[in-house]
Amino acid sequence: MIIRKEGSLLPQNPPDTLASKPLSTPKISFPRRPAGTLYRGREGMWSWVMHRITGVAIYFFLLVHILDTSLVRLSPESYNAVISSYKTPIMGLGEIALVAAIGLHALNGLRIILIDFWSVGTKHQRLMFYIVIGLWIVLLAGFVPRQLMHIFGGAA
Amino acid sequence: MSNAVMENSPAVPAEIATFTATLILRRFDPDKDAEPYWQDFDVVMQGTDRVLDALHKIKWEQDGSLSFRRSCAHGVCGSDAMRINGKNRLACKTLIKDLDISKPIYIEAIKGLPLEKDLIVNMDPFLESFKAVNPFLMAGSVPKDGKERKQSPIERARYDDTTKCILCAACTSSCPVFWTDGQYFGPAAIVNAHRFIFDSRDEGSQVRLDILNDKEGVWRCRTTFNCTDACPRGIEVTKAIAEVKQAILRGKS
Repeated sequence: MIIRKEGSLLPQNPPDTLASKPLSTPKISFPRRPAGTLYRGREGMWSWVMHRITGVAIYFFLLVHILDTSLVRLSPESYNAVISSYKTPIMGLGEIALVAAIGLHALNGLRIILIDFWSVGTKHQRLMFYIVIGLWIVLLAGFVPRQLMHIFGGAA
Repeated sequence: MSNAVMENSPAVPAEIATFTATLILRRFDPDKDAEPYWQDFDVVMQGTDRVLDALHKIKWEQDGSLSFRRSCAHGVCGSDAMRINGKNRLACKTLIKDLDISKPIYIEAIKGLPLEKDLIVNMDPFLESFKAVNPFLMAGSVPKDGKERKQSPIERARYDDTTKCILCAACTSSCPVFWTDGQYFGPAAIVNAHRFIFDSRDEGSQVRLDILNDKEGVWRCRTTFNCTDACPRGIEVTKAIAEVKQAILRGKS
């Protein structure tokens, strides 16, 4: 609001009150997340994260797998010893993780091929992600109960 | 008659509903701070206010040292891309009421580019890779009639989507590959290459395809679709990158 005083325009309020007082004194919060927030990507980003994690995990599995399989050429006895040491419940659960990782990596790999080579692949990537998850759950539903019976149900 | 009515009841605008929003900004002053830190601000906002209005209110009424870029404030210049609640958005195109105001709104600078101050990053690496794809019409030959290079509406529509880019860096700084590998050209540079590669008047598309057929070119794209989600102009960025990949493999179609 402006009032007229001796012919000149003056603000009614002194200049130091023009800026309103802050609602709250700004407080400095300790960095709960020092590196900034996690980027909130959507399905595409999380499928990539899972693809990378399963890919690296499968790589290390293959490294060990090639080593223990090639052992059969050196000494069949030690090969048998190594393989029989795998027949524990922990390794059985590890096999579930292995099948889950390979299943996801394979199905999502098909999705990535379709994104790159199918002309409308980029348009349907989100739908394809949920199809991948659906097929993956079907795959695990067929495998996991049977594997659990093998591990915990004695000789089946 | 309508004048008389107006004189009797001076138009008192209805009280505009306001609400208080809490913004948590990631502050950094290179002269004072060793590390960036979070700072809370409460601002009274209206339903029509955008994140940029909240930042203005903070800068003008609470803390003048807050630094951020903005120019046109209407989603055209591409100055105010920032990470709002963990997603790259333009502050001038994001309404506060569309965010969850029951929770604080986290705002920080875009990721992957060197932080200069508060919400300002150094855009030079981003613009260098933009320059590297020759983002201009390369046409050496004389046009047929000697006057203009004609183009049919269908030929124009081929690259229409990628003409919308405003170089705000929201896509490039949303890319996980770009965060870890600063050498990657990034989505924005590829989008701007796409704009000329598929332009029927351009004669330099092979030059650009050779530039992007680099180890740090289009093959770094891992199709995370973060760029498509982040683009404030709605450009289908990942689709454009896929088309450039196909053009390198099979030639322009």
